[in-house]
Amino acid sequence: MSTPLLKLEAVHTHIGAYHILHGVDLEVAHGELTVLLGRNGAGKTTTLRTIMGLWHPSAGRVLFDGEDLGALGTPEIAHRGISYVPENMGIFAELTVAENMLLAARGAKRPEDIDPKRLEWVFGLFPALKRFWQHPAGLLSGGQKQMVAVARAIIEPRKLLLIDEPSKGLAPAIIQNMVEAFRELKRTDTTILLVEQNFNFARQLGDRVAVMDDGRVVHAGTMAALAGDEGLQQQLLGLSLAAHQ
Amino acid sequence: MILHRLFSGDFPRSRVLLVMLLAIVAGLVLTPFIFPGAKALNVAAKACIFIVLVASFDLLLGYTGIVSFAHTMFFGIGAYGVAIALSHFGPTWAGVAAGVAAALAVSLVLSLVIGLFSLRVKALFYAMITLAVATAFQTLASQLSELTGGEDGLTFKVPELLSPGFSLSEHPFLGVSLDGRLISFYLLIAATVVLFLLMLRIVNSPFGRVLQAIRENEFRAEALGYRTVVYRTLSNVLSAAFATLAGALLALWLRYNGPDTSLSFEIMIDILLMVVIGGMGTLYGSVLGATLFILVQNYLQDLMKFASEGLGKVPLLRDLVHPDRWLLWLGILFVLSVYRFPTGIVGKLRTAARKS
Repeated sequence: MSTPLLKLEAVHTHIGAYHILHGVDLEVAHGELTVLLGRNGAGKTTTLRTIMGLWHPSAGRVLFDGEDLGALGTPEIAHRGISYVPENMGIFAELTVAENMLLAARGAKRPEDIDPKRLEWVFGLFPALKRFWQHPAGLLSGGQKQMVAVARAIIEPRKLLLIDEPSKGLAPAIIQNMVEAFRELKRTDTTILLVEQNFNFARQLGDRVAVMDDGRVVHAGTMAALAGDEGLQQQLLGLSLAAHQ
Repeated sequence: MILHRLFSGDFPRSRVLLVMLLAIVAGLVLTPFIFPGAKALNVAAKACIFIVLVASFDLLLGYTGIVSFAHTMFFGIGAYGVAIALSHFGPTWAGVAAGVAAALAVSLVLSLVIGLFSLRVKALFYAMITLAVATAFQTLASQLSELTGGEDGLTFKVPELLSPGFSLSEHPFLGVSLDGRLISFYLLIAATVVLFLLMLRIVNSPFGRVLQAIRENEFRAEALGYRTVVYRTLSNVLSAAFATLAGALLALWLRYNGPDTSLSFEIMIDILLMVVIGGMGTLYGSVLGATLFILVQNYLQDLMKFASEGLGKVPLLRDLVHPDRWLLWLGILFVLSVYRFPTGIVGKLRTAARKS
């Protein structure tokens, strides 16, 4: 494994009176796609939100490029080069697709100011966005909204993408479109931490995998090893890949 | 291209809405010529002032999602700024400028302090804090009678050009005398247009886009790198500045200011209703909401008197539409309009235009 870009060391997170993360240890290597798997309530989304500073760790460290993010606010963390795609198609529904992109393209005041090469590349990944460029994002289909959310995260180059369940609630054809888009992203050496419950989706993309349960990482290794070990899948996820296909 | 720049690319996006807006603008501009009399001119002037005031509140509520009850406080600061300056320094343009500048400075400091200290708390608590501050300010304005005239308020003279005694020409134009009142009215219209277009520019700028993103989801906006407290505070300051300017216009028009004229909680409720009726998050809604509200507020009683006389022989119906019950009907009309147009008139018209 190459040098970790992101490293969580024994991270504990409390939300009010609830103790959600119980000492999460996780490494995300430069240029790799790491998948965070686990059942509902395992602490995957809380892990992403702790990295983004929505909740500060009550103990432990979140190291990004060697810097401890623990005391920083969410905007400062974003300025370090981390993009976050929240679950449930986290778009700004009342703004147009173009306006959603402009919010993330910090240097651009108007659509014409967005780097045209980058924009064409994004349109290549998600052609529907070009068609609906001036439409309010809230009027798009579920899959198109998810495309807007992912496109917004990559409209400018970032060091790390945190993506929360991009396949949730999407039709199979759209999921395949997402898989292709993430494959293209991987070709650009983008570092990605992807939270997923759909193991079939995760298997096609992941270089490495970490499985969470009850607020802890209970397994970390390569995706190839997990995909090839039905017994381990049964043990960690409660079902085999074959059953999930 | 010029229109695109003037309206910051934010057009009505509905033919019906465009026609309604043009009718309102034409009606307001031509009021002195087509609706003679002091009442019509006063109603039109009040509509202009409230268009600015409601639009400035929409900047806060509709575009940023902040509920504040302190908006009339900034409106009052603007009105008191001009009133106090002109009462103390006499009817000069320098007095007007000093009053407006001092009022803007006070509003800036107050809105900045309220914003920085309070916008971190939850929406409901922020609303309560602003309510407390506004109530305290209203009491203060009544108590500092040497400065503010107390409950009686301040009556003052305006610069000669704006005073009713000033005459531009001895000969009336299309039957309307060219006096200071008419000049005041058209200066008020010009100020309304400039301030409205300025607000339209703000909400359609990158800054306005961030405000709308914050309104929809604060954490998502922060995750994109925006310090939402800074943006919310700036929105608070800008909104307060425009409300202050609206207050200054009110004082110049009325040549009087008192606590009930610009600081009362009733005005705050009226502004809320105007924003909701017109449509939150659409500045054009403020034009429709303010104009319709002011018209109904001023003419519903007359209309009911006319209807009551017409129904002279129908006992129950005649009593129901008796002019004394105008507030009841006003309330019913507003409940119905909110029920019928939950996204406001502009929201409804734009949705209909999109579907057609």
